[in-house]
Amino acid sequence: MHIDLVPVWTVILGVGVFMYVLLDGFDLGVGILFPLAHDDASRTLMMNSVAPVWDGNETWLILGGTALMAAFPLAFAIVIPALYFPILLMLLGLIFRGVAFEFRLKAHSGRHWWDLSFFTGSVVATFFQGVVLGVYVQGFAVSGRHFAGGSFDWVKPFPLATGAGLLFGYGLLGATWLVMKTEGDLQKKSRAQARTCLFGVLAFIAMVSLWTPYLHPKIMERWFTWPNMAFLAPVPIVTAGIAVALWRSLSRGGEFVPFIAAMGLFAMCYLGLGVSVFPYVVPWTITLWDAASSPGSQAFLLVGTLVILPIVFMYTGWSYYVFRGKVRAELGHH
Amino acid sequence: MELDPVLLSRLQFAFVIAFHILLPAFTVGLASYIVVLEGMYFWRGDATYLRLSLFWTKMFAVSFGMGVVSGIVMPFQLGTNWSGLSDTAGNVLAPLLTYEGLIAFFLEAGFLGILLFGRKLVPPWVHLFAAVMVGSGTLFSSFWILSANSWMHTPAGYEIVDGRYFVRSWVDVIFNPSFPYRIAHTVTGFYITTAFVVIAVSAWHLRQRQHVPESRRAMSMGLGLLILLVPLQIVLGDAHGLNTLEHQPVKVAAMEGLWETQARAPAVVFALPDTTSESNRFEIAIPGLASFYLLHDMNGVVKGLKAFPPADRPPVGIVFWAFRIMVGVGVLMLAVVTWGVWLRLRGSLFDSPAFLFVCNFMAPAGFVAVIAGWTVTEVGRQPWVVYGLLRTRDAVSPSITGLDVLLSLLLYMTVYAVIFSAGLFYLFRIARAGPPTELEARDARLSERPARPLSAAEI
Repeated sequence: MHIDLVPVWTVILGVGVFMYVLLDGFDLGVGILFPLAHDDASRTLMMNSVAPVWDGNETWLILGGTALMAAFPLAFAIVIPALYFPILLMLLGLIFRGVAFEFRLKAHSGRHWWDLSFFTGSVVATFFQGVVLGVYVQGFAVSGRHFAGGSFDWVKPFPLATGAGLLFGYGLLGATWLVMKTEGDLQKKSRAQARTCLFGVLAFIAMVSLWTPYLHPKIMERWFTWPNMAFLAPVPIVTAGIAVALWRSLSRGGEFVPFIAAMGLFAMCYLGLGVSVFPYVVPWTITLWDAASSPGSQAFLLVGTLVILPIVFMYTGWSYYVFRGKVRAELGHH
Repeated sequence: MELDPVLLSRLQFAFVIAFHILLPAFTVGLASYIVVLEGMYFWRGDATYLRLSLFWTKMFAVSFGMGVVSGIVMPFQLGTNWSGLSDTAGNVLAPLLTYEGLIAFFLEAGFLGILLFGRKLVPPWVHLFAAVMVGSGTLFSSFWILSANSWMHTPAGYEIVDGRYFVRSWVDVIFNPSFPYRIAHTVTGFYITTAFVVIAVSAWHLRQRQHVPESRRAMSMGLGLLILLVPLQIVLGDAHGLNTLEHQPVKVAAMEGLWETQARAPAVVFALPDTTSESNRFEIAIPGLASFYLLHDMNGVVKGLKAFPPADRPPVGIVFWAFRIMVGVGVLMLAVVTWGVWLRLRGSLFDSPAFLFVCNFMAPAGFVAVIAGWTVTEVGRQPWVVYGLLRTRDAVSPSITGLDVLLSLLLYMTVYAVIFSAGLFYLFRIARAGPPTELEARDARLSERPARPLSAAEI
């Protein structure tokens, strides 16, 4: 095998994780905004807007985990144990919110417990995904082929800040999703929430952008040396442009554009993150090439992935198409 | 006391997988059952099938959701607690797990929305197609995960370089020696588990004299499947046992409670295996029988536990008793099915209060057998995580402490206690309510497109 498949797998894994962030991002965001709804009917609508798709959205998380193990097993074996508690708490959060979809409507008097479960689970899962991101950018203590740090290394200002920032981020995705999927009062409310979240997101983007270069000299060097600065200057400029477009569209009654623009903001942040850490898959010690699985394993999985992933995109897209349009309030409980 | 991260990680894995497997044990069979019901309704137009499908789809929605969330936990366990396994065996196992996600999980999730909420949004044949896709997804998932699991029992098609495994032949990895037996035995076990739940719920409604046409139909369908599958499962179990004897003889020695290597090996019916004295206490055994069913020769020599170094033996008592529980439940199932067939031939299947009463209590039978069988095979693989290659204690993540794992295990136990109790409670509530009445079912099919995806439990 002479073809280097590492770049291909880097792209596939990058796309997979990004799909997860976007898709579960908006349904986790709906969970974060859940208690702000003014009545039970609105909460039901909010949940209905994501009920047919949340399960598929979370499948991208499984794909991200297993594909990381398949393409870069050494990274999986170092990064995941290092994130022992953030991952544990994220998983428990996902459990509480995932079961709430069905349990909520089977419960009679206990419905408010599952509302709480949906909200709390979404917040906890989101916060700890943000923590994971922060820890990742900070980097890992590695000795040989093992994580050499402690299980509570994540309790540091930067990861906790990214955790809080992601709450606004997913909140923005959730709110703009609801602007697109609902109408009337709920839509109006979501529009206002989207604005608040956008402020929060921009504040955190600014903070993280100023903070990260000081986390590691390599990040500083990547962004603030010539000629990189010139090549990378479009990243913050485009980000600012998207933020302005999002704000204006929210003010002018746009229904689709805010959601698209919110996804665009995520794309730019994700790109910025990639620029910062490349070519490391375990910052700041192990590169993608160091951690890669055998070319045979990468090739075996690639063949199937190139065939199956487009089909997955097709039927997932079709499923979204079937459930297109506004979610309605017709709630006749049998 | 020193907290051992290895032991605690094993307990945690056993805990999260045991609770997770209860869901696929039920939903794999149920997804196929829903395909049959939807298919029959599609071709025959008999609304009894539709009402049954609506009912069992509600049960499916609740259990599938729990299966998804408890399933997401599983791949991460391999990283958080078993990074030694991911590092050494990632080349081999991870592509199989990724294929499971790509082929099976996306398929299930992509069509689940249509199956649960799309009946009024798509043409009937598309809805049926969605049911087929979800059902196929559950089977594809079983294929890949059991292939990976089987490889850990009977590794094949690999070579070792610098202590890590590299694949020489994917065909040999995927279709490793124990895989065909394991998948046949496991999936048949899943179908049997579902069928016993179906006949138990139907029997309960028949005893209450409610939902009679639907319950009779479901009872007949469930029993019809069990007549085929329960005897088949005994044959498959025997074949799987013989395969295990070939590849993991020490596991079979533990299952049989045999310490000495001997010809005319006895079948031990009851015993308390004692590891310190390397013998059984209170043993009741039938001479020669084990040699007969393991080797099909009364004079065949069966290896005993003492033929293996103590460091390579699994915990004998757990394997021995889990095996007896599985076989015992299997015999009980066979008895109930035989009784059902006899009543059927006499034409009094639905009128025997005693039979319906017994069926009622068979609901958990399949789950017990699945957990017991799973315990036999997994505990029986110890002290290895990859049999003969990688010891469990060498696979644990080096960075985690006993306290870390104790904390996480306690959290998992607390959360699962809440979630699984609630889930069981709601499943009972749905089961007790039974299939929708005629009017509701017609409404579900005929009303206009209202675009109101709800909980599947509402349809």
